[in-house]
Amino acid sequence: MSQTNPQPPVDYELQGDQMPDLHDESRRLMTICNACRYCEGFCGVFPAMMRQKTFTDQDLDYLANLCHGCNGCYYACQYAPPHEFAVNIPQTFARLRADTYRRYTWPSCLSGLFQKNGTLVSVLLALGIGLLLVLVNLFNPPEVVHGEHAGNFYAVIPHNVMAWSFGGVFMYAVGVLLFGFWRFRRDTAPGKPETPLSVAGATHDAMVMKYMGGGGVGGKMDGCNYPDESFSQIRRVFHQLTFWGFLLCFAATSVATIYHYVFGWEAPYDYNSLPVLLGTVGGIGLLIGPVGLIYLKHVADPNTQVGAQRGMDTGFLALLFLVSLTGLALLAWRETGYMGTLLAIHLGTVLALFLTLPYGKFVHAIYRYAALLRNRREQKS
Amino acid sequence: MAAAITARERGVKVLVLEAAPKDFRGGNTRHVRNIRYAHPAATDFVTGAYPVDEYYDDLLRVTQGNTDKELSRFLIEKSEDSADWMQAHGVKFQPPLSGTIGLDRTNAFFKGGGKQLLNAYYTVADDLGIDCRYEAEVVDMKIEDGVFTAARVKYQGAEHIVEARAIVIAAGGFQADTEWLKEGWGEAAEGFLIRGTGYNKGRMLRVLMDHGAQTAADADQCHAIAIDARSPKCDGGIATRVDCVIYSIMVNRQAQRFYDEGEDIWPKRYAIWGRLLAKQEDQIAYGIVDAKVNDLFMPSMYPPLKSDTIRGLAEQLELDPEALEKTVADYNAACRQGDNKDKEFTPGVLDGLSTEGLEPAKTNWAQPIDTPPYYGYPLKTGITFTYLGVKVDKEARVQFEGQGGRSVPAANIFAAGEVMSGNILGQGYAGGVGMAIGNVFGRVAGEGAARHVSN
Ligand SMILES: Cc1cc2nc3c(=O)[nH]c(=O)nc-3n(C[C@H](O)[C@H](O)[C@H](O)COP(=O)(O)OP(=O)(O)OC[C@H]3O[C@@H](n4cnc5c(N)ncnc54)[C@H](O)[C@@H]3O)c2cc1C
Ligand code: HEM
Ligand code: SF4
Ligand code: SF4
Repeated sequence: MSQTNPQPPVDYELQGDQMPDLHDESRRLMTICNACRYCEGFCGVFPAMMRQKTFTDQDLDYLANLCHGCNGCYYACQYAPPHEFAVNIPQTFARLRADTYRRYTWPSCLSGLFQKNGTLVSVLLALGIGLLLVLVNLFNPPEVVHGEHAGNFYAVIPHNVMAWSFGGVFMYAVGVLLFGFWRFRRDTAPGKPETPLSVAGATHDAMVMKYMGGGGVGGKMDGCNYPDESFSQIRRVFHQLTFWGFLLCFAATSVATIYHYVFGWEAPYDYNSLPVLLGTVGGIGLLIGPVGLIYLKHVADPNTQVGAQRGMDTGFLALLFLVSLTGLALLAWRETGYMGTLLAIHLGTVLALFLTLPYGKFVHAIYRYAALLRNRREQKS
Repeated sequence: MAAAITARERGVKVLVLEAAPKDFRGGNTRHVRNIRYAHPAATDFVTGAYPVDEYYDDLLRVTQGNTDKELSRFLIEKSEDSADWMQAHGVKFQPPLSGTIGLDRTNAFFKGGGKQLLNAYYTVADDLGIDCRYEAEVVDMKIEDGVFTAARVKYQGAEHIVEARAIVIAAGGFQADTEWLKEGWGEAAEGFLIRGTGYNKGRMLRVLMDHGAQTAADADQCHAIAIDARSPKCDGGIATRVDCVIYSIMVNRQAQRFYDEGEDIWPKRYAIWGRLLAKQEDQIAYGIVDAKVNDLFMPSMYPPLKSDTIRGLAEQLELDPEALEKTVADYNAACRQGDNKDKEFTPGVLDGLSTEGLEPAKTNWAQPIDTPPYYGYPLKTGITFTYLGVKVDKEARVQFEGQGGRSVPAANIFAAGEVMSGNILGQGYAGGVGMAIGNVFGRVAGEGAARHVSN
């Protein structure tokens, strides 16, 4: 009569992502939570869980990507380890999330890139910078590389070369990401069309980072339990700086592209032009946000974290920071003889960022957005 | 903790002795979900007013008048600022959500449950400079003529004598002491599961009783429900409850029914099933449902046993297959007879769909069990907490037996929570009263102790 017992099926201390059947473990936890439901006030996961009685693997992938790792349900859980039920949602879901990243990447033979991701990022970063420096010096005589060009990048790297190579890598990254999004959505929410409301709702939830705020009464956010047990908004603040910083830098590049192709206005742009302003503000966000997040990660309670994923998180954070730092440096010294070298270094970091975009932490954004969409859609019904 | 914080805020030195390790601190409070408190209007977390008089009437009804009426009224009036006090001490509530249906007007729900509440209290305690010691079990107290002078404490492998000018006892009931439970329940107590902490063994209650403290409520009075038989002996908490009863037939080890499963809507009769099961062989019974109704109640933590035939289910449940087949057949034959032919089966409300000529009858939701697969939920008595406790007054002072049976309040011994719940709960229960007793008398006790020490 004791067929299914509530004990964790495997050694709880098992490190890394190698935990055998993450779906089984997640299902075990969701079954306990669904009979308890004390945490329904924290985030979207528990109300979403309560809409069903049994959980397919796809449901669990969805719930894991809906979890924002606020840790509210870990510190509040009367069944958290060392209790024999050993309920630890944030850690288990973090593992399952990383697992979805691997399963939904394309081509699947590259899924291994999510392991030792920090190393991958560092290597590509070094290669990217090295490659650009070599190319710049190979195709230009020293007086051009080290000359002053009044901020004109295209004197060192012709515009067409820059646009086509980086555009190409970027389009590849976007293609892989969109394909992952489409497959994830197809599996976790088959045949369900989005509505204007679901899109608006999910976009809102992403923009304000709703579930990173911790639930609360009267529309207030009590804060999440990261990096430790006390309630705080600090992770949300740093993530918002990173998130909006990234979007602003992206917007800066987009505006510049429009300037170039639509209006025929060529770089360099003024310090008070739109692309430079967007890039500077975004860049500052991308300096502060990642540093803050790296610091928080450093002091975070290990019980809620997955040690093996540190590399992936930190690698991406470091990369964002470096892209921004080198970009701002380039802006500051663009009228000097360092411009050529700084440009090569900056573009090297950007190359590494683009190449690892679909094979690193960035992918969380697309699966999370898909999860937020399904959450909003089901909330409506 | 409410007592410790209140006393410390009045400037006295406080030491908290907790028998459990840090991870399991806070006893049954770790498992709670809500508090029933009086309030004049809706707030962000309750949907409407719950006036003192209504609360009082509810309490009289559930206890059938078996309560100290003056003290109950005092409790309810004092509960009016419980939620404010809790919020001021870091406790977070959640808005009325789907899972709170039925209690969303009268009870405030803690976001994340009791452990979050305790975490908040311990953080405040730490900030206030309260000394909290874990794995520190009080084993005895020195009491002379109703005056407490020192406690004997087991801590880090040694016994210590802790002297203090006042003591507040908030050490819970005695539900985790099976031998004591037997005084009220006989051998049946062996089969009980303890829903909450395994540290509430009633040691403090016993010491007080030995020193002549007066008591309230009987030894067999308690809150007990039906929980999954596969739950751990202790500390399984809320997740082990099973809500199948009203849509099922409940059979015992002999595969016989023994009570009207459809007496009233769930969870109104939730708490009688613990006592009903206690009277069955091995304190166990089995809820049998079919595929038609298995999705109508809260999912259970342990999956039910499942079979395409009643016989198969009986084998899995280790019941006599013939007996179970006969019970189900008799029950099915008694369904949908006479007046009941055309009544509609309606979940959630008393639909009046009852059996005809069956003993005991099932008076609502009685429809045949005929759609495989069939599911079986093994259930046992799960005891929440015991009511027998020390008598107290409005200052939460423990009452000792004086000359001629008079009550004499102790000068410096206070009690709060389960250990004195019998004053309020002679029998019966209404969800959320436990926390009200703990919070109100905790604060009163802390205040009294601080006053005594300062004088
Ligand atoms: C599963 C479950 C759900 C519940 N849900 C609710 C609810 O939603 N609402 C509600 O109002 N009530 C609920 N209750 C009842 C509620 O838990 C109790 O009424 C209330 O928590 C009692 O608080 P207390 O402080 O008296 O006891 P406890 O919270 O049990 O605290 C007693 C403490 O004393 C310690 N202790 C015991 N003996 C000693 C000793 N000798 N030395 C040192 N320390 C000792 C214990 O370790 C424990 O920490 C629930 C109970 C359970 C089991
Ligand atoms: C749909 C939009 C997004 C959502 C809902 C979202 C949500 C989250 C959440 C919940 C986390 C913490 C848990 C985890 O590590 O997975 C996180 C981490 C992170 N996010 Fe996002 N994010 C979004 C978009 C972005 C974007 C666009 C960026 C910037 C490029 C970004 C950068 C990061 C970084 C660097 C981390 C790691 C932080 C850490 O490890 O502490 N996110 N995100
Ligand atoms: S995390 Fe723990 S407290 Fe929260 S719903 Fe799940 S089992 Fe209940
Ligand atoms: S960690 Fe936070 S976001 Fe994730 S399930 Fe728990 S409460 Fe929700």
